[in-house]
Amino acid sequence: MGEFVIKLPDVGEGVAEAELVEWMVEDGQAVREDDVLAAVMTDKATVEIPAPTDGVVSWRGGKIGDVLAVGSPLVKLEVVGEGNAAEMAEAAPAPAPKQEDAPKPAPAPAPAEPPAQTPAPAAAPVMPTTQRSAQMGSGAPRAEGEKPLASPAVRKRALEGGVDLRRVMGSGPAGRISHEDLDAYFNKGASSAGAGMARVANTSVKDIPMVGLRRKIAQKMALSKSRIPHITYVDEVDMTALEALRGQLNQTRKADQPKLTILPFLMRAMAMAIAEQPQMNSIYDDEAGVVHQHGGLHIGVAAQTDGGLVVPVVKHVEARGLWECASEVGRLAEAAKDGRASRDELTGSTITITSLGKMGGIVTTPVINHPEVAIIGVNKMRTLPQWDGTAFQPRQMMNLSSSFDHRVIDGWDAAVFIQKIKALLESPAMIFIED
Amino acid sequence: MTELKCKLLVIGAGPGGYVTAIRAGQLGVDTIIVDMDALGGTCLNVGCIPSKALIHAAEEFHLAGHLSQGSPLGISVSEPSIDLRATMKWKGSIVKRLTGGVGALLSKAKVRVVPGRASFMDGKTVEVSHADGTTTIRAENIVIATGSRPVELPFLPFGGKVISSTEALALKKVPDTLAVIGAGYIGLELGMAYAKLGAKVTIIEAMDRILPTYDAKLTRPVLKRLKSLGITLHTGARAKDLSKDKTALVFETKDGKRAQVAADQVLVTVGRKPATDGWGREAVVLDMDGPFVKIDAHCQTSMSGIYAIGDVTGEPMLAHRAMAQGEMVAEIVAGHTRVWDKIAIPAVCFTDPEVLVAGLSPDEAKAAGYKTLVSEFPFTANGRAMTMEAEDGFIRIVAREDNHLVLGIQAVGKGVSELAASFGLALEMGARLEDIAGTIHAHPTQGEALQETALRALGQALHI
Repeated sequence: MGEFVIKLPDVGEGVAEAELVEWMVEDGQAVREDDVLAAVMTDKATVEIPAPTDGVVSWRGGKIGDVLAVGSPLVKLEVVGEGNAAEMAEAAPAPAPKQEDAPKPAPAPAPAEPPAQTPAPAAAPVMPTTQRSAQMGSGAPRAEGEKPLASPAVRKRALEGGVDLRRVMGSGPAGRISHEDLDAYFNKGASSAGAGMARVANTSVKDIPMVGLRRKIAQKMALSKSRIPHITYVDEVDMTALEALRGQLNQTRKADQPKLTILPFLMRAMAMAIAEQPQMNSIYDDEAGVVHQHGGLHIGVAAQTDGGLVVPVVKHVEARGLWECASEVGRLAEAAKDGRASRDELTGSTITITSLGKMGGIVTTPVINHPEVAIIGVNKMRTLPQWDGTAFQPRQMMNLSSSFDHRVIDGWDAAVFIQKIKALLESPAMIFIED
Repeated sequence: MTELKCKLLVIGAGPGGYVTAIRAGQLGVDTIIVDMDALGGTCLNVGCIPSKALIHAAEEFHLAGHLSQGSPLGISVSEPSIDLRATMKWKGSIVKRLTGGVGALLSKAKVRVVPGRASFMDGKTVEVSHADGTTTIRAENIVIATGSRPVELPFLPFGGKVISSTEALALKKVPDTLAVIGAGYIGLELGMAYAKLGAKVTIIEAMDRILPTYDAKLTRPVLKRLKSLGITLHTGARAKDLSKDKTALVFETKDGKRAQVAADQVLVTVGRKPATDGWGREAVVLDMDGPFVKIDAHCQTSMSGIYAIGDVTGEPMLAHRAMAQGEMVAEIVAGHTRVWDKIAIPAVCFTDPEVLVAGLSPDEAKAAGYKTLVSEFPFTANGRAMTMEAEDGFIRIVAREDNHLVLGIQAVGKGVSELAASFGLALEMGARLEDIAGTIHAHPTQGEALQETALRALGQALHI
């Protein structure tokens, strides 16, 4: 650390001394280059003395009202590096007049040239001497009716950005509007624009490359929607009984058993429905013209991850019980979210369930996971009034929105399939009846 | 009869039209351009380019003649002669190179060229008649770039002795005597050129001075040169008729007296008028602005999808204005946001010496309500001008008094046309006097005078 001595500069023609009228800094205060340190007054003008360098104020030479000779020390700063105290002492052993020859660390700013920055925010407000801030290049608006001044490139950018240049402050000489001024106007946007400011059209376009998982999803979706004529079928399911059962099972579950969601119930119901309608559990190779009807039921469960949609697969649902389904779904969902799911765990599904949980909405139009032929969509469960023949009853209702490949599945069969699942879910005991 | 479709149809392949088409083509707009004459329009074929060629040849010939009478430079040559046919052939080769270049540029931009006379059928359909029949073109957008024609005097119709600038650029021999009616820039450029080629030139001007649209001080060095070239000038005079024997032009002098001057050729250069007929304007009913097609800040006419650019839309009738308009229209048609926001359209008279104006003259600035600083710097104080024996003339800057913004720059002097680039740039970029004064100008050049003019306005001139 070194010491940097700031002397009172020659503030005006023929003036040998000046009165200290204000301190903008205090002992120990950190200042940045160009921060105003003090104001001194001669009989001609009041002049602000800026800091020529960064540092910490270690000494102030006088109090308000003191008359200081030009060249006498005004402020000492503790600075990083050597400072100038030594050379100052050498160069100026004698007092005031001779110091004209000494290097001037802080030449007086000419009144016409305002400092580049406004005073340090921490400093005392610079009240009496800040008329100049009003003259600062940045800010002076044009007189009414005057044309804005800007280069052709700036004009073109403003036009394309939907900006009326008459509203933009020009910081350049004669109020010329620079690219930076336009940037500032764009960044300020409509938020802090205040009354009378127009909302600014944002014409920026950000190019986001479609790579990795996102591209994979895009390709899959385009393939599904372009190849498969979807038929979507929606029906509502009264989940009240199932919810009661699920609640009881969750309350009485063993420590090593997972918490049940409705997914394992749905999977078991699907297994039973598919036993009657095996065509739902198929892979359609449309190029070869063959439908591969699978014996094993591998249900893909669409899961949202940070990177996008992935579909881990619960294999052989036909051979798994309720609890087993639940733990497998839980395990796969975790693995998918952490990005640990293996390729094997993410492929091989023969039918898919998609659920957005609480975000499930009323109806969706699910996109079939090509080359499968069906997808079951779970919507949000809500308590709704239902007419039981004599009165409205609060029932927990949930829609199933399901899509089928209409090339392979007829609408009638799709409806029969969903009605079967609906019946099973509404009377959940039937799910557990082995015939 | 064939039928074509396009997104943009340009009628007229002058500098405005062909620039529109090239830019549109570059932007992927399906474009067709139609012209009944050669590509390049007036500018390339019978205007800017051939006249500059003739002016250059005349200057060279005149210089050689000047040197043959003894020169302080220590050069001696024998008296030169000129074969104007050869001169015209050379001129023609330049025109051919340029018009051929336009054709190549159009084809590179994938613009289809349909030769023939275009006529509107309706706001989206134009019929082009040509030797092989007619072609109907349906276009989403149409640009009218039909240009302008020389104004004819009813009592001195073109034909025989009476010629327009077009014929003056294709004479087979230098006339012994040439009467020029109109001392605007075309009349002076051609009159001075033929005087240098050896013709005895008389200029008849109705107004009281030459180049009446320019400020008088700027035209003074030109007036001086007219005299030294031996050109007779009658201002405030009115041309009347050819004499009975058709050997002289009869005119009325300033005092109302009849006089006549021998004239092998009578060149009428009393202005140009927009070409607003002959292309079926009546089929589309466009609003007019006096004799011109009315346009808005996007060069769109009163009919949506129909644009007009160049001379047909008004003053100043200059190729570079038309080109800038054309570029803008092409970009608008391509879907860009554009508006006419140019600050300055420089104008040059290729007289001897040349006159150059950009932005506001001192009087125009005053009329616009500005308090101005006006500063001039003479070429007599410029080293390069002295070495070129070109000390006549000066540069002048008009700036705002309050913030020193440059409002206009004018110059008169040998070769000052090349300064148009820096004048235009200064104005378009919004330069202040300090910007020009603070820019290093190469030494020794005439351009230094621009910096000195700015310095002088700031009270800091170094060389005067």
